[in-house]
Amino acid sequence: MSGPAIDLVGAVALSGGFPVLAGADLRVERGEVVALAGANGAGKTSLLRACAGLLRVVRGRAEVLGADLVAEPRAVRRRVGLLGHTGGLYDDLRVREQVEFAVRAAGGRGGAVAERADAALVALGLTGRLATTSVAGLSAGQRRRVALAVLVARDPELWLLDEPHAGLDAEHRDLLDGIVRAAAAGGATVVIASHELDRVAALADRRVTVAGGVVTASSAADARGAGTRTDGTAEPGGATRPGVARGTSHVA
Amino acid sequence: MWRDALLVAGKDLRIEARSRVATNQVAPYALVVLLLFGFAFDADRELLTRAAPGLYWVAVLLCSLLAVQRSFALEAADGARDGLRLAGLDPAGIFLGKAAAVAVVLAGLEVLLGGGIVVLYGTGVHHPLTLVVTALAATAGLAAAGVVYGIMAAGLRVRETLLPLLVLPVVAPVLLAATQAWRSALGLAPGDGGRWLGLLAAFAAIYLTLGVLGFGTLLEDA
Amino acid sequence: MTTTTAPATVGTPPAGPAAPTARSSTGDRTTRLLGVAALALLAATAWLGLVVSPPDVTQGQLVRLIYVHPALATCCYLAFGLCALASAAWLWPTTRARRWDALAGAAGEVGVVLCGLTLATGSIWGRGSWGVWWTWDARLTLTALLFAVFVGYLGLRRTGGTSEARARRAAVAALLGAAVVPLDHEATNWWRTLHQGNTLLTSSPHIHGWQLLTMALSFVAFVVTGAWLLVHRYRVELLEDRYETDGLRAALAARRAEGSAR
Repeated sequence: MSGPAIDLVGAVALSGGFPVLAGADLRVERGEVVALAGANGAGKTSLLRACAGLLRVVRGRAEVLGADLVAEPRAVRRRVGLLGHTGGLYDDLRVREQVEFAVRAAGGRGGAVAERADAALVALGLTGRLATTSVAGLSAGQRRRVALAVLVARDPELWLLDEPHAGLDAEHRDLLDGIVRAAAAGGATVVIASHELDRVAALADRRVTVAGGVVTASSAADARGAGTRTDGTAEPGGATRPGVARGTSHVA
Repeated sequence: MWRDALLVAGKDLRIEARSRVATNQVAPYALVVLLLFGFAFDADRELLTRAAPGLYWVAVLLCSLLAVQRSFALEAADGARDGLRLAGLDPAGIFLGKAAAVAVVLAGLEVLLGGGIVVLYGTGVHHPLTLVVTALAATAGLAAAGVVYGIMAAGLRVRETLLPLLVLPVVAPVLLAATQAWRSALGLAPGDGGRWLGLLAAFAAIYLTLGVLGFGTLLEDA
Repeated sequence: MTTTTAPATVGTPPAGPAAPTARSSTGDRTTRLLGVAALALLAATAWLGLVVSPPDVTQGQLVRLIYVHPALATCCYLAFGLCALASAAWLWPTTRARRWDALAGAAGEVGVVLCGLTLATGSIWGRGSWGVWWTWDARLTLTALLFAVFVGYLGLRRTGGTSEARARRAAVAALLGAAVVPLDHEATNWWRTLHQGNTLLTSSPHIHGWQLLTMALSFVAFVVTGAWLLVHRYRVELLEDRYETDGLRAALAARRAEGSAR
């Protein structure tokens, strides 16, 4: 399996007529860990959702894990995991049931389902009483952990995390970092959108900045340990000057 | 597809069992509707008995709207609809699973309502087999049509009011056919319910097929 | 005529906003011709129907509705049929284009208007003939159901989301409505044969000579009028697209400027 994990060229995506992505370029190689920075409303969440195939790209090119998302947005669903602002959880299901449902939905069968669910719950500290509580009875931080457990249990090739540290206490933030490192070590590609640039810089190989629905800069993250994987060169096309249309293919 | 359908149906029914919305809210609503009909017809016993099949199916129709709304409401909470799409399930499977869950809930309500009309309107029970088979066919059609329109309305702000407007005209033939079939079965009208049953089966077949084929694209836009 | 340009992408291009129409209004020579023809035909029908034609023995002046009601009904069914066909054309991947969606929407709207008129004239006819505002005549009931289904369809067309999502929802709804028409037809027919009810045209007089001609003329007149309405409505849809596309261009620029305004 070769080729980049994410390859967006001039991607335009609309939400209710408003262009949340206005010609974004992004290339992420497999196995990279990329930090996504940008102000509120810049388009970080939209970029992640577009990569997950949830936000339809109407112009430009969007290929994720080798599949063309413009033509077939559903193609990579099982191989991509998105941790969004909302948990995607069902209020009346118990924690363990949520995780098992997600594993089965992603294709797990038989005894392996329970094993993977158990492993994920243990990794997130959701054992004992917590495992049998309905989601409705959990705090926001605990819900985040459940959503994370779902992600860990599914173990996708591409992890898209949207402000994952928000709502977690210090102990679980470190836990999250450990999980991200483990995932990357296992060969997964991780993209993290976050306002906590320092914490994420320690995890990421590269930082990409988003503003006004486009990618405006890309640089090597600071303070990376030995073995920086990518060079810090800018994206194809480089940083844009404000207001300049990026190519003519997507201007009507 | 079938595996995913079972998975989704199981999830929906498990949530229903835990939250008990159908038993605690929709069932009493259905019984109140029957009572209201009684008031509307001035408790005219003879009239109620003759009208019972029609009134029964109107009540079932109203309950089906609630059941479908509920089925999609639990996906809307906490962005679960995104979760459903991201989970990687076969959309046709999601459709069949949701329709099956709605059908099961409706079936339970129908039994309850059946008891209701026996008690409240004094309907006798003849030809129970015909009644049951007709009800099954009608329920399948109602559930399928409901879920198809449900997903169309699901993502919209006006979903609560748009769904009844979309569903009710379309399921009018189900009401008509089911009522006529029951009237025949209960001896209120001549002839057998055979061809009405055929109509119900055709309706259910059409909507189940179209749902399986089209649910994927509709889900993406929701 | 408008053309649809596919954006330069890999794979199947999505049905995004089409290239804007070059028009700035919905009228042109075609519509003027149609309009004049429609007016002329309607005038001819009115004259023949109201003046030349004799009143009926049993129904009196009311029989003149025969020059209006059946024609309206036929045009209405034609419009709905067109809506269903256009929806199918849109849904089919190889022929997907914005113009089919616009046509479906226009046909749906025109159909609903004609349907409303059909129901109204049918109701008036019934009131005049039997003193009731509504007869549970099979055809009339079916038409009423169709009316409700397509009012729902129009409601669906006004909902939010991307234009493609809206088009898809509407197209599916139109086809579902159409698929159920034969069922409804059978059902209402069986239903009415159980009750030997009045049908609107049972007491229709012998149609011959001038009356036949007038009736045929009325069909043509209403079809032409309907076509004129359709063309205008269709073009309004495409003009709305242009408004949206221009808006998108501005929005894109504003969006990018957001990011650099720091």
